[in-house]
Amino acid sequence: MTDEPRFEHPPEERAPSYLAESHSLRSWFFTTDHKRIALLYLVSITLFFLIGAGAAALIRLDLLTPQGDLLTNDGYNRAFSIHGIIMVWFFLIPSIPNVLGNFLVPIMIGTRDLAFPRLNLLSWYIYILSGLLTLYVVVSGGVDTGWTFYTPLSSVYANGAVVATIVAVFISGFSTILTGLNFIVTIHKLRAPGMTWSRLPLFIWSHYAVSIIFVLATPVLAITLLLVAAERLIGIGVFDPRLGGDPLLFQHLFWFYSHPAVYIMVLPALGVVSELITAAAHKRIFGYWFVAFASIAIAVIGFMVWGHHMFVSGQSVFASAVFSFLSIAVAVPSAIKVYNWTATLYKADVAIDAPLLFALGFIGLFVAGGLTGLMLAMLAIDVHVTDTYFVVAHFHYIMVGGSVTAFFGGLHFWWPKMTGRLYNETLGRIAAILILVGFNITFFPQFLLGYQGMPRRYHVYPPEFQVLHVISSLGAALLAVGYAMPAFYLLWSLLPGGRRAPANPWGASGLEWTTSSPPPKHNFIAQPVVVRQPYDYPLAHPASRDDG
Amino acid sequence: MAEGGVQEPFARAARQREAERLGMLIFLASEVMLFGGIFAAALALRLEHPAGYVDAAHHLKLWLGTANTGVLLTSSLCAALAVQAARNGQARWAACALWGAVALGTVFLAIKGVEYAGEYREGLMPGMATTHFEGRTQQLFMNLYFIGTGLHAVHVTFGLALLAAAALNRGARQDRHAMLIGNVALYWHLVDVIWVFLYPTLYLAGVR
Ligand code: HEM
Ligand SMILES: [Cu+2]
Repeated sequence: MTDEPRFEHPPEERAPSYLAESHSLRSWFFTTDHKRIALLYLVSITLFFLIGAGAAALIRLDLLTPQGDLLTNDGYNRAFSIHGIIMVWFFLIPSIPNVLGNFLVPIMIGTRDLAFPRLNLLSWYIYILSGLLTLYVVVSGGVDTGWTFYTPLSSVYANGAVVATIVAVFISGFSTILTGLNFIVTIHKLRAPGMTWSRLPLFIWSHYAVSIIFVLATPVLAITLLLVAAERLIGIGVFDPRLGGDPLLFQHLFWFYSHPAVYIMVLPALGVVSELITAAAHKRIFGYWFVAFASIAIAVIGFMVWGHHMFVSGQSVFASAVFSFLSIAVAVPSAIKVYNWTATLYKADVAIDAPLLFALGFIGLFVAGGLTGLMLAMLAIDVHVTDTYFVVAHFHYIMVGGSVTAFFGGLHFWWPKMTGRLYNETLGRIAAILILVGFNITFFPQFLLGYQGMPRRYHVYPPEFQVLHVISSLGAALLAVGYAMPAFYLLWSLLPGGRRAPANPWGASGLEWTTSSPPPKHNFIAQPVVVRQPYDYPLAHPASRDDG
Repeated sequence: MAEGGVQEPFARAARQREAERLGMLIFLASEVMLFGGIFAAALALRLEHPAGYVDAAHHLKLWLGTANTGVLLTSSLCAALAVQAARNGQARWAACALWGAVALGTVFLAIKGVEYAGEYREGLMPGMATTHFEGRTQQLFMNLYFIGTGLHAVHVTFGLALLAAAALNRGARQDRHAMLIGNVALYWHLVDVIWVFLYPTLYLAGVR
């Protein structure tokens, strides 16, 4: 029956690009083209990034003085809660997978779209629905539970729009699950002829790993939040000690999701960095299988370490010891990746472009975040610094220094492919360096603050901490400039008369560079057939590398 | 979908069928994790209040729960038969088996309703004016019972809608690959499997 390949090759060689296909609003809001959906996501997460950043600005301004002059206690709680909630669920989790992943997964494996294109559009609408609810929470006075929703604070005492927030995060989870499902099926079932598992780009491996976490961890958060909402609305008591319920059970369930979720936020970044490094080095990656399997190992072990968030919660010492050991073990695959990237760069003739600068920044910051993570995984140290700025600095090094930097690096690297335009390299390099410097000035002092005992989530603090807080706030201003710059020069490149990008501006390997920039609606004019290893440098057809 | 037509981005129908099946299985894995949270809570509750948990479970209507287990398992059997019939090209049998599954699923919900009504009369339903529990652990247990079986009932309702939709869809009945019917049946089996775990966790725990 219909078991014959169905692609007819279009008559003319040049199909219109996916952007030029059609211009109506309808063609955007009802598109099933993964590339257009990626751009829808890009615009929406950028808006949420702005809101989250606004909350961060309030926090840093308030912390300039020890008395917390700007915000009330309650206002401060609401500022850091909304900051965390928006940054985690509405910016960082969807950032790389839903923008870069959406755009690149089908192209990198040589197919026309994700396996379920309409489901992909549905993911975006679900995300927007949950996002609108979050905006409602913001304008209706916010929420003061922190992004962690600990009980009994969230279930009994908190007095903001807790249920609305919970429902928003709950709904956003479906968007995440559907995306993960779509990626897994696509990677299994839609690889181009010749695209064997051993020829998959590492970006695909890390998206495969993260999709597994999407699908298996997110529903646990969903049920946990549902129980919290039920607790708050009708007092079911599962987390309420007055009924014999167990508040620690909440922490177990929450971190069973949320530790894997931190890997949700970093695994895609690891994939991006593998691509940036090999493209800049023009070398085959060192230890392909180690890097690929490290992603899977992280996804698996990441499910078994949640207890390291509960060392001081009263869980048994035996449990703590086991979790401590496993947490140290989970750092191994991450370290393997770092070694392999370094080995790839060793003696390479690197092109110092903005994407590489972002990638190098990522490696440095990720190592700092990872090593402090190891410190936190040691029971004895953690008891001293838990719930202090040391933890705040640790996770910002990984999530912001690591993941957000990788997101920017990837955005620069694939911008010519996504838009067909070249951005200004010089400005790109300046922004990369500014972000690296600004980030360190903002967050390094927080390690010192935390080690000296500054607790997290307080805005009134002893005056001796003020100097470090002021340095951190000034760094944040610099960081803000660094983040704002790309918004201008990237958009600038889109203006009429912006420089057009060739198909392969970086001289990189990978199927996405074999099609035009921007790609046609169906990604390739003819079904590509893969015959070579990934990162097969030097390229057979060294392409136009146009220096900026 | 079920018509055997190939849709973007697939080039071959066989590939598309594999993809749809895989997608369904992944979705079910995700559902398992959702209920995993409920089971974890029940486990914690039982570990912390072993005696109280058993006492509270003793108040459930064991025979209604047992009957429902039989009803749901039989319904699942019907769904499996429907898949087989569709594969053999017996579209009418497939429809009959699907409607059988729907009927039994509806009986399940009816029995569940009778059970809930009984619990309401005995004052075991949380948050009602008549509610009076023997102790805190019983209250906790009953809350969890209602959350767990309630969430399951939502899944049953959704599954019934899917089964009915498949039964009404001529293309699906005539599809020799039983794609749509197969996926719906898989969902229905999962609903069944979850019950097979809820039943011992909640009902059998009270058997002395
Ligand atoms: C190298 C492996 C890592 C280890 C051993 C590690 C260890 C830890 C430990 C022990 C804590 C708890 C500290 C405390 O609460 O006292 C923690 C907190 C945290 N980590 Fe990591 N971590 C690692 C990687 C990551 C990654 C990759 C991310 C994110 C992408 C991350 C994000 C976080 C966050 C968000 C928190 C704080 C959660 C909160 O309380 O709000 N960590 N980490
Ligand atoms: Cu963790």
